[in-house]
Amino acid sequence: MTQTSEFAVELRDVVKTFQTPEGTTLNAVDHVDMKIKNGEFFSMLGSSGCGKTTSLRMMAGFEWPSEGEVYIEGKAMGHTPPFQRPVNTVFQSYALFQHMTIYQNIAFGLEMEKAPANEIKTRVGHILEMVQLNGMERRYPKQLSGGQQQRVALARALVKMPNVLLLDEPLGALDLKLRKEMQIELKAIQQKVGITFVYVTHDQQEALTMSDRIAVMSKGKVMQMGAPVEVYERPNSRFVADFIGESNFMGGTVREVEGEYALVYVPALNAEVKGLNTGGVSTGQTVIVSIRPEKIRLSEEPALKMNCFRGQVTNTTYIGSDTHVYVELGGQRLKVWEQNKISSLDPKAYYTIGQNLCLNLFPENTLVLAES
Amino acid sequence: MLKRLRENKSAQGTLLVSPTLAWMIVLLIIPLILTLIISFGTRDADGGVIYGFSFHNYIRLFGISSDCPDGQTTCFDPLYVNILGRSLSLAFWTTLIVISLAYPLAYFVARAHPKRRSTFLMLVLVPLWTNFVIRVYAWMMLLREQGVINGIIGWVAARFGLPFEPLQMLYTPGAVLVGMVYEFLPFMILPIFTSLEKIDNPLYEAAADLGANPFRTFLRVTLPLSMPGVVAGTILVFIPVMGTFIVSDILGGRQVILVGNLIQNQFLSARDPTFGSAASLILMIMTLIVTYFYTRKFGFGEEIVAV
Repeated sequence: MTQTSEFAVELRDVVKTFQTPEGTTLNAVDHVDMKIKNGEFFSMLGSSGCGKTTSLRMMAGFEWPSEGEVYIEGKAMGHTPPFQRPVNTVFQSYALFQHMTIYQNIAFGLEMEKAPANEIKTRVGHILEMVQLNGMERRYPKQLSGGQQQRVALARALVKMPNVLLLDEPLGALDLKLRKEMQIELKAIQQKVGITFVYVTHDQQEALTMSDRIAVMSKGKVMQMGAPVEVYERPNSRFVADFIGESNFMGGTVREVEGEYALVYVPALNAEVKGLNTGGVSTGQTVIVSIRPEKIRLSEEPALKMNCFRGQVTNTTYIGSDTHVYVELGGQRLKVWEQNKISSLDPKAYYTIGQNLCLNLFPENTLVLAES
Repeated sequence: MLKRLRENKSAQGTLLVSPTLAWMIVLLIIPLILTLIISFGTRDADGGVIYGFSFHNYIRLFGISSDCPDGQTTCFDPLYVNILGRSLSLAFWTTLIVISLAYPLAYFVARAHPKRRSTFLMLVLVPLWTNFVIRVYAWMMLLREQGVINGIIGWVAARFGLPFEPLQMLYTPGAVLVGMVYEFLPFMILPIFTSLEKIDNPLYEAAADLGANPFRTFLRVTLPLSMPGVVAGTILVFIPVMGTFIVSDILGGRQVILVGNLIQNQFLSARDPTFGSAASLILMIMTLIVTYFYTRKFGFGEEIVAV
């Protein structure tokens, strides 16, 4: 009896060790545990070398774990070769067969399954419609644009209706505008077909836009796993707060913990800052206070009873939707992003260099993280 | 002057092509025309050429003989047709064996670690550092009755107390085939290697990912993508094997006469340049026909997909 699992893919304590050219060993993936639910759009996010692609390749069967086990649909994969796994991959380089037409490329996987010819025809036609490539059947990959080739790569993997679709930076080679369009389209396709997507990307915007859950990875380890809003609003470490979006950081010492808040003495401000104790810190601990630039409110007079600090504007940058204001207080420079809600031809008029302003750090938006 | 040249694409083309074109006209086109003219002539008593327009050399080549027993005026003499057929079949088998030996080796080298690849390629080319004729003579040393191979077999047989008659290997079609395969192997390995090396690893992974086992991956992906190399190698091997006479001369002796030997004989010993010219042209036409049908089926060794 095959036991159906609620998890499409599971990594249990997986390690992948590589030999470096210098002869030393490196854990590209270092004791990773991951549970990816059925029907989920799951992203592995990290900079190059963080182990996200190696993890994906172990799911596909191109690499085997040095330690631990990969489970797909509850079944331990062991050394099962790629052609016997119920997953399909969309490659970063697309890896289209140049000697085959678009139709032949997409039909390839179904032919390998020995599907009947008329079924292949129906399914290929159906998938071509889904990725909007009708009429391209007889062309060769080289005759298509990059965006169209990307769609072929997607169609070729998707037509097999795998339990899990693995995508290795599939949009990496596209220009920004096309990438944004494809992000929305991919998400729509995923919701339509209901297949589990495991998506590798280094683009945090992409991960936030598309994913149900994100695993933020660094140096072969999972730093944090959660819904986009969780990893953005409640990062569990300085690394995650810094890697996803931008943050202001201030070092300090915990004076007092009260309920879910902590009172932190910040030497740079020579004052106490109140913030959410998301790091689970305790009194006396050296901590980092983290606040996102868009969450700081600027005002002439203090708007809050506490967590208000005066500083001088050192620089402003107009970037269209926002104005970035840099404020110096007690040797610490904080960035503040003000949305340009009022249209004005001179937004700098609101903030002049040298201006003395009040920074209001709302405690519910100010996070106290353990120093890592 | 230079400025005009810079703007004139077709003038640039002419300039780039002309040295080779001049070379080819002087050393290929004109000699070919001369060969054609000579082939219609008749041999005089001293081995000179009496020019004329007669097809008798071609008629003789295709086996229509006037030197017949039983008082017939014409009869069929298969001597030259057999030589042509033997050349064709030897070239065919040589090419086939060379492909089947070269392909696995080229595959191995192409899939080897990039660091080791260049070493392997150099090893493939090492035999070419030695002169062609010397390499053929080396085979003679191996194959002859008192040669290395018979020596080893004889020694083993003596150890086991078995009776042993030296094998007649030299001066057989087999010896010529072995020599040809050996001589032309590198010319097949290199083009196949080049086209296999161009196949990116993700393509193999994609095939596996889509459910193709290694065997089907080979049939559906590797082989079609490496066909340009096989075609290029075939052209590089088949054409010279059709015309060569050194290998058959040294390893085949009088037993294995090919078109190449026939032509050589006509010019150097039989002193009939008119018949030699006719044989040369027939060889060329045969090679062209085979190459034409082959490339029409498999392409010219270029990328299969036109952009």
